Amino acid sequence: MSHLQLDRVSAYYGAFQAVADVSLNIEPCSITALIGPSGCGKSTLLRTINRLHETIPGARVTGDVRLNGQDVLGPGSDPVEVRSRVGMVFQRANPFPTMSISENVLAGVKLRGRRLAPKQAEQVVERSLKAANLWQETKDRLKKSGAGLSGGQQQRLCIARAIAVQPEVLLMDEPCSALDPASTAAIEELMVTLKSDYTVVVVTHNLAQAARVSDQTAFMSVDRAGQPGRLIEHGSTVSLFNAPTQTATCDYIAGKFG
Amino acid sequence: MTGLDLIEVDSPVTGSTGSSLAPGRAQALWRSSQPLASTRRQRRRRIKDRAMTAALAACALIAAVPLVSLLWTTVSHGLARLDPTFFNQSMRGVAGVGGGALHAIWGSVLITLAATALAAPVGLGTALWLVECADRSRSALTSGLARAVRAVVGVTAGIPSIVAGLFVYALIALVAGPGYRSGLAGAIALAVIMTPVVESACEEVLARVPGELREGALALGAPQWRCVTSVILPTARPGVISGVLLGVSRVVGETAPLLLVAGFTDSMNLNLLDGRMASLPVYIYSQWQNKGVQAAAYDARAWTAALVLVALVLALHLTARLSARWATRKEH
Amino acid sequence: MTAFADQLLPVELEERAPDDLSQLLTADRVADPVDASRAADAQPAARGVPPKPAEQSEQPVQLGPSTQSDRAARPDRSDSAARADQPVQRSARAGRPGRNLGDIGWRGLTLAAAVTTVLALGSVMAFLALEGAPAVAGDATDLPAQAPDIWALTWPLLFGSAWVSGLALAVAAPVGVGIALFSVLIARRRLGGWLGASIDILAAVPSVVYGLWGLTVLAPLVAPAYAWVADRLGWIPFLAGPASATGRTVLTAAMVLAVMVLPLVASLSREVIRLVPSNLIEGALALGATRWEMIRLVVLPQARSGITAGVMLALGRALGETMAVAMVLSPTPFLISFHLLRSENPGTVASFIAQNFPEAHGLETNALIWLGLVLFALTFLINSLARTLVRPKGGTT
Repeated sequence: MSHLQLDRVSAYYGAFQAVADVSLNIEPCSITALIGPSGCGKSTLLRTINRLHETIPGARVTGDVRLNGQDVLGPGSDPVEVRSRVGMVFQRANPFPTMSISENVLAGVKLRGRRLAPKQAEQVVERSLKAANLWQETKDRLKKSGAGLSGGQQQRLCIARAIAVQPEVLLMDEPCSALDPASTAAIEELMVTLKSDYTVVVVTHNLAQAARVSDQTAFMSVDRAGQPGRLIEHGSTVSLFNAPTQTATCDYIAGKFG
Repeated sequence: MTGLDLIEVDSPVTGSTGSSLAPGRAQALWRSSQPLASTRRQRRRRIKDRAMTAALAACALIAAVPLVSLLWTTVSHGLARLDPTFFNQSMRGVAGVGGGALHAIWGSVLITLAATALAAPVGLGTALWLVECADRSRSALTSGLARAVRAVVGVTAGIPSIVAGLFVYALIALVAGPGYRSGLAGAIALAVIMTPVVESACEEVLARVPGELREGALALGAPQWRCVTSVILPTARPGVISGVLLGVSRVVGETAPLLLVAGFTDSMNLNLLDGRMASLPVYIYSQWQNKGVQAAAYDARAWTAALVLVALVLALHLTARLSARWATRKEH
Repeated sequence: MTAFADQLLPVELEERAPDDLSQLLTADRVADPVDASRAADAQPAARGVPPKPAEQSEQPVQLGPSTQSDRAARPDRSDSAARADQPVQRSARAGRPGRNLGDIGWRGLTLAAAVTTVLALGSVMAFLALEGAPAVAGDATDLPAQAPDIWALTWPLLFGSAWVSGLALAVAAPVGVGIALFSVLIARRRLGGWLGASIDILAAVPSVVYGLWGLTVLAPLVAPAYAWVADRLGWIPFLAGPASATGRTVLTAAMVLAVMVLPLVASLSREVIRLVPSNLIEGALALGATRWEMIRLVVLPQARSGITAGVMLALGRALGETMAVAMVLSPTPFLISFHLLRSENPGTVASFIAQNFPEAHGLETNALIWLGLVLFALTFLINSLARTLVRPKGGTT
């Protein structure tokens, strides 16, 4: 849906620079995978997009992030509003333990201070759970706690929660790294269906996953520990995996480091 | 004989080096070292070990003696007057046998409720500010204030309760003139004692709420205050309740501050704002101190009040414990 | 303005007929370019990435029907539509990024609570000083117990507090640490749990009940023993007779106090002993150390500063403990004496205040508040010391 442009984004934790000068053009209605070795700043970069990075004490961002051309980081932008347009799924599934499954799905609506008529709420729950491929498994226990679900189901619940509020962009921070292969497959499948409606950016450690699901791939790397992570190469997944232009990319994909 | 075969014996378990120690583990390891003692020096070490173990066990027994004696005395002396009269009459016009502690029970309830109403919001609010605002802020002013808050809370957590009473007396003497005593003054004094207890308990609980939930809520586009009210507080609720109950159980038995600023009376007084107000702990003290002719009747009333008070405190304590345990179990 | 959109939304969702959806969609899509161009105005082509609103506004048209209705239900649409309608408010909000009224209110409330805490608790000393000052400054004619001057009143009471508390800690500290060692390192889990629970009960009993118990049970119990000791061992300076017939002496008060602060020592020690890394303990045992050697060589050195802090906190508690001492001990004014068994005993600061405050008038009250200030300063000092002892080690406290 929405065009996401990163221009010379740098992110800092206090004095430490984690990400340096990343410029990236993320196409709407596509899946962009961010790959790279641990500590190269993939997740940090992802968290600058919905301004979650700056909630960490001492963290700051420079550069430009534009969502449909609209400045995301500037003084005129409200992080709360940005986050309601940019959904996020985390590495570890984090359903709210005090809420039931349907309350979890509606959490975004509730947390933005909106109220839905009961019928509408039901519709939103059903639609979101269906979109997250979780409806069949949970339709009989919507009032039960989300903590009773399996890890993969919890992660899909978190995806349902994120898409229930209809964001324009969906950020996924290693959504499958804590899951078993079956759940991973389910979520990958889901990602592919989600891309018709959302601009998806996914951070992953799993190269095969990036190759399987993404349209575009961006490779980030870091020279050595303590240095900021940089964007090495960005292009269509097919070309990046088959014909990388940089040696670092080539080495990483070939499994030489990271 | 040397440590070597021991290590072999223990190798399956030595790998698990958790930070906290399970008592059973030390026990098992120690067992396995028993056959080693063979030489005379070894025997001496073993005897010393036995002796010290016995001494440590004796410490535990020493603690049990006063506990049993205290509970037994309270129950056996207190049962005598544990009758309906005790709960439905005040001491108004009673000189000798009869009378009850209705006015003191009401006073305790009112004063403690008022103190909770003062201390719980302030304590919880302070903890929220510290954990959710100050710890996430970069401003030097904010972190300076946060340090000041923590220092003040840490210091006042240990002040003698009688000092809290004197403080409130001094405060109120400036406003209402000397000699003024009321239930509200007592409540303020108890709140001074209670706030640090509630604050530190809440702070601990709030800090334990996983950051993932916070981020999850923020990432959904929640303003911070909604994130707190809808996600963080519900998650921390059992712990917060436990903290407040611990605070209540700490102050409900306080005597000295109430003796100073709420005073004592033989009659019912349900008005927190005006006049002396009795409370259970002060009732116990005054029954013992101002014995009339039939001293036994006063003693009996004191013990029954003590029984009621101890039962109340233990019930509060137990509820707080269960609530806390429930909270930690839910986390895992 | 968010509130406005909030109110708008449900109505909109419920009342719009399906064929209005595309209209809503269009209105929404118009909104984005407006925002985008405004953003572009604010930072004219700042870094060479000019926004392309026109292209994007066309894209949604390609959506399938199901997603279209999805879009219509989307809360944000009305939000951004409202935003486009009210450019003035949008720029007004730009001055305070990342805030809305709820957040400001919420932060204000919690900040107020924090400030209340600091002011209320921090002013304790100020008020005590204010009301205690007359007793020190004024000519001392009306002091409690006809004291010639305030210091003649203060010193013996301070001595009494220190003496009784010191005696109590001499008993409570080793026993409390012993209980902690026993319950963590020796007792099986279940027994340790029972011990912990018993300790908690001891800690929860109100001090006035301890006072009652000390008077009714302990004092009569120890009185004959005191007589016997004073008789046989009276040549030892502290134990000289004549022994009190009631048993209400400094030693009895110290015993009651010891029982009262025992739980504090035990529970704080238990916490730090639990924190001793189990691999150190296992290491010592694996080297062939007996359990006692393991405690002496590994546990006690590791836990020492924490245990010391716990004992100091307990000392602070003992110094401030009021009712139990006030009930057990009937002090002789201005007495400084180390005798443990006699019926003439020094008083303590806290119990003196409690015993004299209800009947105090005028300058007497000021003098008692002054004593409270002294007590506060003393416990403040001890607690601060304990805190500095704990902080570098624990980190989490």
